[in-house]
Amino acid sequence: MSAPSSGGASRDGYGSALLKLASDQRVVVLEADLGKSTKSCLFRAENPERTISMGIAEQNMMLVSAGMASSGKIPFASTFAIFTERAFEQVRNGIARPGLVVHICGSHGGIHTGTDGSSAQSIEDLAIYRTIPNMTVLHPCDDLSTEELTLQLLNHDRPSYTRTARNKVPRVYTQNNVKEIKIGKGSIVKEGNDVAIIACGVMVNEAKIAAEKLSEEGINASVIDMHTIKPLDGELIGKLAKECGCIVTVEDHSVIGGLGGGVSEYLARNIPTPLEMVGVEDRFGESGDTSELMSHLNIDFNAIISAAKAAIKRK
Amino acid sequence: MTRVQRGANISISEVQLMEIARKCRIDIVEMVHKAGAGHPGGSLSAIDLIVGLYETEFRFDPANPNWDDRDRFVMSKGHASPAVYSMLHHLGVITQSDIDSFRTLGSICQGHVDMKWTDGVDFSAGSLGMGLSFGLGCAIAARMDSSERNIWVMIGDGETQEGQIWEAAMATSFHNIGNLNVIIDRNRIQNDDFMEVQMEIGDIGAKFQSFGWKVIEIDGHNMTEIVEAIKQANNDQTQAYAIVAHTIKGKGVSFMENNPAFHGKAPTDEELVLALEELS
Repeated sequence: MSAPSSGGASRDGYGSALLKLASDQRVVVLEADLGKSTKSCLFRAENPERTISMGIAEQNMMLVSAGMASSGKIPFASTFAIFTERAFEQVRNGIARPGLVVHICGSHGGIHTGTDGSSAQSIEDLAIYRTIPNMTVLHPCDDLSTEELTLQLLNHDRPSYTRTARNKVPRVYTQNNVKEIKIGKGSIVKEGNDVAIIACGVMVNEAKIAAEKLSEEGINASVIDMHTIKPLDGELIGKLAKECGCIVTVEDHSVIGGLGGGVSEYLARNIPTPLEMVGVEDRFGESGDTSELMSHLNIDFNAIISAAKAAIKRK
Repeated sequence: MTRVQRGANISISEVQLMEIARKCRIDIVEMVHKAGAGHPGGSLSAIDLIVGLYETEFRFDPANPNWDDRDRFVMSKGHASPAVYSMLHHLGVITQSDIDSFRTLGSICQGHVDMKWTDGVDFSAGSLGMGLSFGLGCAIAARMDSSERNIWVMIGDGETQEGQIWEAAMATSFHNIGNLNVIIDRNRIQNDDFMEVQMEIGDIGAKFQSFGWKVIEIDGHNMTEIVEAIKQANNDQTQAYAIVAHTIKGKGVSFMENNPAFHGKAPTDEELVLALEELS
């Protein structure tokens, strides 16, 4: 097992965070036969006595985690994002309802997963977990921020779901500035006042590319890494709405119920503002190369540029 | 610090246990009647087992129900909450007014047992099939901490239709768990009808045995058999036990016995009078 490479995928950040968390004896790791993929294998290699193999049985894994949390442990349970959905009701009734602090990580989220096809492409996870009372929902954009946010979960007082991605993307943060991010607070990646592009996960990088191209056309876009989908940083959203006058949300997820859903709910209730959403329209994905799929499903930087221009026109 | 442990109370007589169970049955029918809703059938089938456990081997301090090193009782068939509340009432953990508030707004006696609401309740139940997994998690944690606590889970026989039960059965054996035991309330009736009509599971004991569990079959209303099985399972830390307790749904109230209608129905005023006559 090699250590995560520099500039790894967000799942690598999860794995390296678990290693750092191992010094706290309360931390336990649960796997459902996908430890090599979610990167919990890094923890297993050094702490086999605190790593529990649950086999291909996600429902059992969620409630075993809950039982351990009720007994003083801090469980980190991971599998593919899509397979956490199989145990949705277990998370809802067995973990969140009694308020047991279990940290779930769903890796390989979104259509970014690519050639495996639609069965593996979770594009609903952020939406469904966001509806559960007590749940914190995270979707970091690179390995460094995933590591930092996962480390912060050690002292988090409620259950959480973190979506990570399989593929490497360019780092958004540096070793220094990543320490400034906080669960529940969106991070301003780029300042601008013509349009606010609020993105999460692998799409933050795509939003940065779009913002650079927009600036060549004289459009000054701000880019936000909204790594915490819940609790959503309403204060920042309100500020961006006032300063920019229009907003674009960007996610590798259905346009229904995820980041776009959360932001639009906030705006409609507090400060009605023109909003365009970039995400997977109401359909399933399919097999394909990641960049091909992003273009095919209209969630690449070109789609963000078009959405930004459309949002500005509606001001 | 020396704690009062029910686990020391193994000299209690069968007659005394039956008397406690009788009083609990009165609580059960009264609270379901007062609430106008609830699940008397599965509570009455389970209560002898719960009394037999709590009054003998179960390490629990009623004065400190959240004691970290207590044994755990995971009531997975959480709809039979009146049985648990009646036991906690007998032990003095909850009061008569708590019992009287069953299923009302703000009551600590929620419709289904819920650890977030009630001291002495170790699991938030209500969705069948989850408790054995939860108990397994408690058992693994206890072993990691070198704690003496034992984990007891109660499931219904209808509940074994949930696949998650068998995920947990497999994992318990794989992880060589010896501090976890399950009691199966084998009353042969589920929500809609008899299991043989809805989905008969067959030989539950043989199925647990095939997953590596030690199985004991008992009459779930015979206190001698109940106490002996609990003692045997509790004393053997080398493997998990499944106690298949053959019971009668609605046991103790003639018109509820073996009657699917009283799975989830409250007795009327007249039926309450009849039930209390039979239980007095």
